[in-house]
Amino acid sequence: MAALTYLQAISAALRDELRSDERVLLMGEDIGVFGGAFKVTDGFIDEFGGDRVMDTPLAESAIIGTAIGAAVVGMRPVCEMQFADFISCGFDQLVNVAAKMHYRQGLAVPITVRLPSGGGFSGGPFHSQNPEAWFMHAPGIKVVAPSTAEDAKGLLHTAIHDPNPVCFMEHKHLYRRIKGEVPDGIFETPLTARVARPGSDLAVITYGAMVHVALEATDDLDGASVEVLDLRSLVPLDEAAILDSVARCSKVVIVDEANATCAAGAQVAALIAERGFEDLDGPVVRVATPNVPIPFSPPLEQAVLPNVERVREACRELLAY
Amino acid sequence: MVATETAESAAGESGALAHLALEDRIWLLRAMLLMRGIEDRAMTLYRQGRVPGSFYDGFGQEAVSAGAAFAMAPEDRLCILHRDLAAHIIRGVTPARIFAQYMGREIGVTRGRDGNVHFGDRTLGCVGMVSMLPDMMLVATGMAMAFKLRGERRCAMTWFGDGSTSRGDFHEAMNWAGVQKLPVVFVLENNQYAYSTPLDKQFAVNPVARAAAYGFGGVTVDGNDVEAMFEAAREARERAISGGGPTLIEAVTMRMHGHAAHDDMKYVPKEQVEEWRKRDPIERQESRLRALGVDIDGLRSAIRAEIDAAAEEALAAPMADPSTAAEGAFCTGPAEPLGDGLAPWSGFNSLATPVVS
Repeated sequence: MAALTYLQAISAALRDELRSDERVLLMGEDIGVFGGAFKVTDGFIDEFGGDRVMDTPLAESAIIGTAIGAAVVGMRPVCEMQFADFISCGFDQLVNVAAKMHYRQGLAVPITVRLPSGGGFSGGPFHSQNPEAWFMHAPGIKVVAPSTAEDAKGLLHTAIHDPNPVCFMEHKHLYRRIKGEVPDGIFETPLTARVARPGSDLAVITYGAMVHVALEATDDLDGASVEVLDLRSLVPLDEAAILDSVARCSKVVIVDEANATCAAGAQVAALIAERGFEDLDGPVVRVATPNVPIPFSPPLEQAVLPNVERVREACRELLAY
Repeated sequence: MVATETAESAAGESGALAHLALEDRIWLLRAMLLMRGIEDRAMTLYRQGRVPGSFYDGFGQEAVSAGAAFAMAPEDRLCILHRDLAAHIIRGVTPARIFAQYMGREIGVTRGRDGNVHFGDRTLGCVGMVSMLPDMMLVATGMAMAFKLRGERRCAMTWFGDGSTSRGDFHEAMNWAGVQKLPVVFVLENNQYAYSTPLDKQFAVNPVARAAAYGFGGVTVDGNDVEAMFEAAREARERAISGGGPTLIEAVTMRMHGHAAHDDMKYVPKEQVEEWRKRDPIERQESRLRALGVDIDGLRSAIRAEIDAAAEEALAAPMADPSTAAEGAFCTGPAEPLGDGLAPWSGFNSLATPVVS
């Protein structure tokens, strides 16, 4: 075990994979000599060389498209989008070529796409997005979103070992803010939800950075017993764990940092409406970013992103229902 | 290096003959005849309501895929476009599976998951196209990148049309392949029209001239001469596997039918079609071989019988099973990479081609 930040855990997973599997190859903009915009691959080029820690042309469609080509001839590419937002330029390759390949042709596309996502630091409309729902809507892509250092490492191993395209949502705001004990060596975290804190009066269902917001918001909520369910994987979605939480707590607040419409939380709410209705003692409540681009100026950004106060207020209201 | 005229057939032909045995030249004709015969029959089946959706063919363009694919080795990898059926035939996809593919039947290459020529048999080293046409240029570039990283002597080939050159993935693939000097062969199938849009609305500079701007060579070939196509592809493959980087081959041809079955092609001047009809790639290869005493009529009737039997087999096969429609979006076993295809060119018989080091 070692105490690692979320970012160090991601780096450690990549380093372990490069050391143990010669098929693994990292591709991205400025990840080699510079070590990546967030320094996730700092120093890697010295150990693994420029072929395996590849500085690519500034071309996201090409990064995804060539990764697909390399994957179908036996490589295990891990692509870094410098910011998750830039995946829009590689969207077509991901949702049309990679995602549909196995269904159409029985051909597996084992690629991992790392997507540094999320806001909270004045990144503005093009460096703050949480685009996970785009990919949840494209059959054939798995989507994972770790909230802890241990899960960041374990889920990245799982993603790289998976025979399908996996979007690995790594929240930039957690990179250096979150630290935790991480087991040594390669281990896989299952694509299931994790009970971050058990409870019985109300469940907050969320993922990524919002897990920490939810824990803080409900740490001392007038003595209420509040469960926090960390989804970890959005595709596949751990439906059994969600319905278990609903059955145990009967009241549910769902938190997304993403824009509210059709977000991951909307899918969770739909699932509960379809299959957990009988267990509910109140309406399903959602806290999410309103349907606007993420603004730049700090007071504007803080006005739209879910925060501790907003989540706490939503929980209080629902508990009183 | 960069030629803009199509009058290189003579040179291409003499080069090709140094590498093509008579059996190879017959094989090239056979692949083209199968492509035309299968597509002609499929069009009939479409009009009879046996082929759902729409139907796209490559009438008049058979030499482009036949010639280029014939130069590829078993361990090479292909991303094939929708007017390139001969490439699938050369790699080893049987006519019955092709008909079944068109008809959405269980024994079709995609088992009814995708239609018309949107298929690639992964066990034969082929990746099926998507409708966003130049996308596969990047996939082929990525395959070539892996070959180079692993030090393997093999290449990737991909086909795309004149319309594809307007999209960003064309640029991204050409640039990436040039920067990394990859063993990839880009076959630009210039068939004069992208749906209804003619070349002068597609680009101001002929794309073959752009190859130099990406740091590698481009050649223009008579796309209706199957032996010239073979030779250009053979040379490009040699260059690729010996570390010389990518090649852009512009195959100049003509789409003799509409974009798809519904398209009567009124936007194409009749004289243009008539002019190209005189340059039919199949008649051209037949006259060469007839002069050498090859029994063309016998070949044609054997192929007709093969197509008849294949169409019957496909018609008798069950439709894709609806109980499986929601299955298969994800791979649940190990990821199997592409397999090797057939490579009937006699030149591969005598060559020692160590691929995987």
